[in-house]
Amino acid sequence: MELKEKLVSSFMAFENTIDVDSPIHDIRTDAFKSFEADGFPNKRQEAWKYTSLNSILKEDYSVFPKHEEALEYKDVKKYFIHDIDSYKIIFIDGKYSSHLSATTHEGIDVCLMSSALSKPKYKLIIDNYFNKIATKDSLSSLNTAFSAEGAYIHIPKNKVVEKPIQIIHFSTGTEAALMLQPRNLVVVDENSHVQIIERHQSLTENPVLTNSVTEIFANKRAIVDYYKIQNDKQSASLIDNTFVNQKDQSLAKVHTFSFGGKLTRNNLNFYQNGERIDSTMKGITIIGDRQHVDHNTLVHHIEPNCESHQDYKGIYDANSTGVFNGKVVVEKLAQKTNAFQANNNILISDKAMINTKPQLEIFADDVRCTHGCTIGQLDESAMFYLRSRGIPEKEARVLLMFAFSNNVLDSVKIPEIKQRITKLIAQKLGVNIGFDL
Amino acid sequence: MLKINNLHASVEDKPILRGINLEVKPGEVHAIMGPNGSGKSTLASVIAGKEEYEVSEGEIFLEGEDIEELGAEERAHKGVFLSFQYPVEIPGVSVTNFMKTAINETRKAKGLEDMPANVMLKLIREKSELLEIDRKFLSRSLNEGFSGGEKKRNEIFQMAMLEPKLAILDETDSGLDIDALRIVANGVNKLKSKDNATIVITHYQRLLDYIVPDYVHVLHNGRIVKSGTAELAHELEAKGYDWIKEEVNA
Repeated sequence: MELKEKLVSSFMAFENTIDVDSPIHDIRTDAFKSFEADGFPNKRQEAWKYTSLNSILKEDYSVFPKHEEALEYKDVKKYFIHDIDSYKIIFIDGKYSSHLSATTHEGIDVCLMSSALSKPKYKLIIDNYFNKIATKDSLSSLNTAFSAEGAYIHIPKNKVVEKPIQIIHFSTGTEAALMLQPRNLVVVDENSHVQIIERHQSLTENPVLTNSVTEIFANKRAIVDYYKIQNDKQSASLIDNTFVNQKDQSLAKVHTFSFGGKLTRNNLNFYQNGERIDSTMKGITIIGDRQHVDHNTLVHHIEPNCESHQDYKGIYDANSTGVFNGKVVVEKLAQKTNAFQANNNILISDKAMINTKPQLEIFADDVRCTHGCTIGQLDESAMFYLRSRGIPEKEARVLLMFAFSNNVLDSVKIPEIKQRITKLIAQKLGVNIGFDL
Repeated sequence: MLKINNLHASVEDKPILRGINLEVKPGEVHAIMGPNGSGKSTLASVIAGKEEYEVSEGEIFLEGEDIEELGAEERAHKGVFLSFQYPVEIPGVSVTNFMKTAINETRKAKGLEDMPANVMLKLIREKSELLEIDRKFLSRSLNEGFSGGEKKRNEIFQMAMLEPKLAILDETDSGLDIDALRIVANGVNKLKSKDNATIVITHYQRLLDYIVPDYVHVLHNGRIVKSGTAELAHELEAKGYDWIKEEVNA
């Protein structure tokens, strides 16, 4: 059975298991209709020109896993940022794991989407925010149709949440192939500050396809720091749809670290609904054999006096392929916008490929928008400098790649994350230069 | 130590060095002076093994061995060190880690084990004191956001760590204030021994008040057109380079 047909029959079964009076029943039904009408995206669509889902859609995915698997913390500890105190929302094969999690309701809500969707006390937030900024494209719609579980984070106003929140989705391979559709909602009210780390991690070689949707609302003067660590197995693919809605003077940053997985597509969308907003998107992509990473970003400048910063670095080895499609829209009203975009890439192998495309749609006349893409090799004078210190060509090359990607990390505010990412970069590049990172 | 015979080098078919002859013996300090564009930095880079330069003629011997065919890292392993005029910034790699890498790669090339961590630390402490370098400085990313003076001081710190046989200082005085100049020169002087040699490349005589050369050579249009003692540098300072050019053209 084709995946789409399977999803149609699964949706019918799913509908019967949930409360039809649920406030989001209609939202789910409409979303499914939308997916059914559009189907999976294909390469004829402009936004999917360089990324084909064909190879990952042909697996026979289980949509609702039957088995439950427990995990011991010691076995999966390495996937956590474990050297800091944090809240944790952990899922195993799509099911919440209370054993591995550390949630809270003390002053803030760090808990589950399933509770938020069913309990009356969350109704107001759900009514006001759920599915309000996720677009109606077919993949987001598909997620909306099946939305049942994920992270629910609500930070009321004037709270600085000291501990970061980790969201990790494990898959254990109990199904021959598994499709996951986590749905996250993050609402950060006035003057509040939160830091979130998200990771998807398969533990076996069985294929996993994750189609995730995260909606983030940064209200007035809120600060949101979001880190995505994508270092999954070759059997795993991820379609990450993230939507960030910002109000006046808020600051939102999303860092995406893509080091693994078969196919990764990041649809990252920022909407600036207010003035003096700052939006930052940064990414480091380092991939190799048979891997594909596609960053599809959007910043929508709607009101005046806002800024956006995009800085993506990519290092592509073997026959890996990458895509960067960065769209910046500046509405007529959005005067004094300052939009910056950079995408720098290094191709290590002759077979690696990157398609990079800035897309600027500017309707205001008093704005500053800069963009730049580079695809190149390493700086020869830097190579000479390192070699003249006795560092052989190969090691010098690796060290320079490390330096090239590493400067994106300046804006990472949690030292433990910075250290972890630095280590992952070193590992990924095979830096064996005898120093402690 | 170093012997250069009739060296010709060009970049993108443009000849820059047109027959350099130079001999530097252990324990000596040679200064190479000359107007802008005379080929001073090119000579330094060619000795250190920069690949962009095509050596079309001539030979470079280090301790009797022809090093012309060797890569920059192999020359470094044999004891050549170049202090850069414009050191490159390497974000994310601290000064300390960079030095550990450089030292251990050099040891590896010589078939030696990594330097034990405690020995390394002691060496770093000793050499950073010599250059009056603050400990905090050592954990900063290499050259990133360093002032001109910090970059140069860091170059000489690296030289102190690597203990080269032949050190070439390319315009080490540019961008230095008088205090930094004194510290850098003091470092270089303390590292001098009867077994190593130094080539100081400079446009101005100023540095040579601190690092006193045994010989001064004037480079013009890719050739050494005049050689002498430290006196020559003073003469150049007083009279400029024009009289040399006139002498050559006469």
